[in-house]
Amino acid sequence: MELHKLRRVYIEFAEIVFRDGFLDNQYTQLQQLQDESEPKFVLQVGTLFLEDSEKLLNELRSILDQQDVDFEKLDAFVRKLTGSSASIGAKRVKDVCMTFHDCCKKGSKEGCRKCLQQLAAEYRLVKRKLETLFKLETQILAAGGSVPLLSQ
Amino acid sequence: MAVDAEAQFHVLAVDDSLMDRKLIERLLKTSSFQVTTVDSGSKALEVLGLSEDQTSPSAVSPEHNEIEVNLVITDYCMPGMTGYDLLKKIKGSSSLKDIPVVVMSSENVPSRINRCLEGGAEEFFLKPVQLSDMKRLRPHILKGRSKDQQLQREENSNTIIISSGGSKRKAMDEEPSPERTRLRFSTGSLTIL
Repeated sequence: MELHKLRRVYIEFAEIVFRDGFLDNQYTQLQQLQDESEPKFVLQVGTLFLEDSEKLLNELRSILDQQDVDFEKLDAFVRKLTGSSASIGAKRVKDVCMTFHDCCKKGSKEGCRKCLQQLAAEYRLVKRKLETLFKLETQILAAGGSVPLLSQ
Repeated sequence: MAVDAEAQFHVLAVDDSLMDRKLIERLLKTSSFQVTTVDSGSKALEVLGLSEDQTSPSAVSPEHNEIEVNLVITDYCMPGMTGYDLLKKIKGSSSLKDIPVVVMSSENVPSRINRCLEGGAEEFFLKPVQLSDMKRLRPHILKGRSKDQQLQREENSNTIIISSGGSKRKAMDEEPSPERTRLRFSTGSLTIL
């Protein structure tokens, strides 16, 4: 696909991602930190987010699988995920984390289980969105263009 | 002052999260700081030339390279030595206590923020840290560097006030007070966030 069309597709796709609340302005902040000296910055931070999230979701799963749930430990991991989702701008994931945090405080096993399900679902969704954005960004850069700055 | 504005200052960033280290490093470099990142408080102390159980740097061997650090920015929540523990170690060290320390956290907990400010932190940043937050760092570095010069000037001007009299004295009083006011404000704990 030629550059102009790539940029068009990227902007249109990103508009929907932002409109649906998967990503927020923090993602744009990260884009603004990217330049010729660090052309893959967003990709690198995004990849770290995805790696961290997989690990954290696994931790949450194993804690909730225990007979006696350690809610403090659970909350500590939820807070980590809250932080990293905030850093990438993954708004919907962050919002579920906030609810999850409340369930941890209440010590509700059922509530936490539901939150984990929701969290896993939201994560899968934002993962696909991010991977698509990264693919398009890489293609735009390879075609010699610059990645359009997105806005909410 | 013009020289200071051009000078490249060195910031030591401490965070156990790789993602956050990458982010803070980029923010700092974009703002023209030289950056060293470490993943723990104990590694930070190593860079600063202090070991965990010391309060002053050991007689270092020639191969041990100590870099001059102008500011430390640290995450609060870290396993082992927390950002608060690191802050206390730095402020408790005779050689390091004048290095400005900024604490970061993704959680807005007023008691935590106050604890850090009372512990000697210059500022508290809420994560995700923004590019605009970087502008708040340089004043702390410059304040620290000119503090000695200001204290020297204060001592000199105090001497002048005591020894001169009359109307001349009023002028003398007026002249140093803006500086004195500035010094008082800047050494007090910052509660404005």
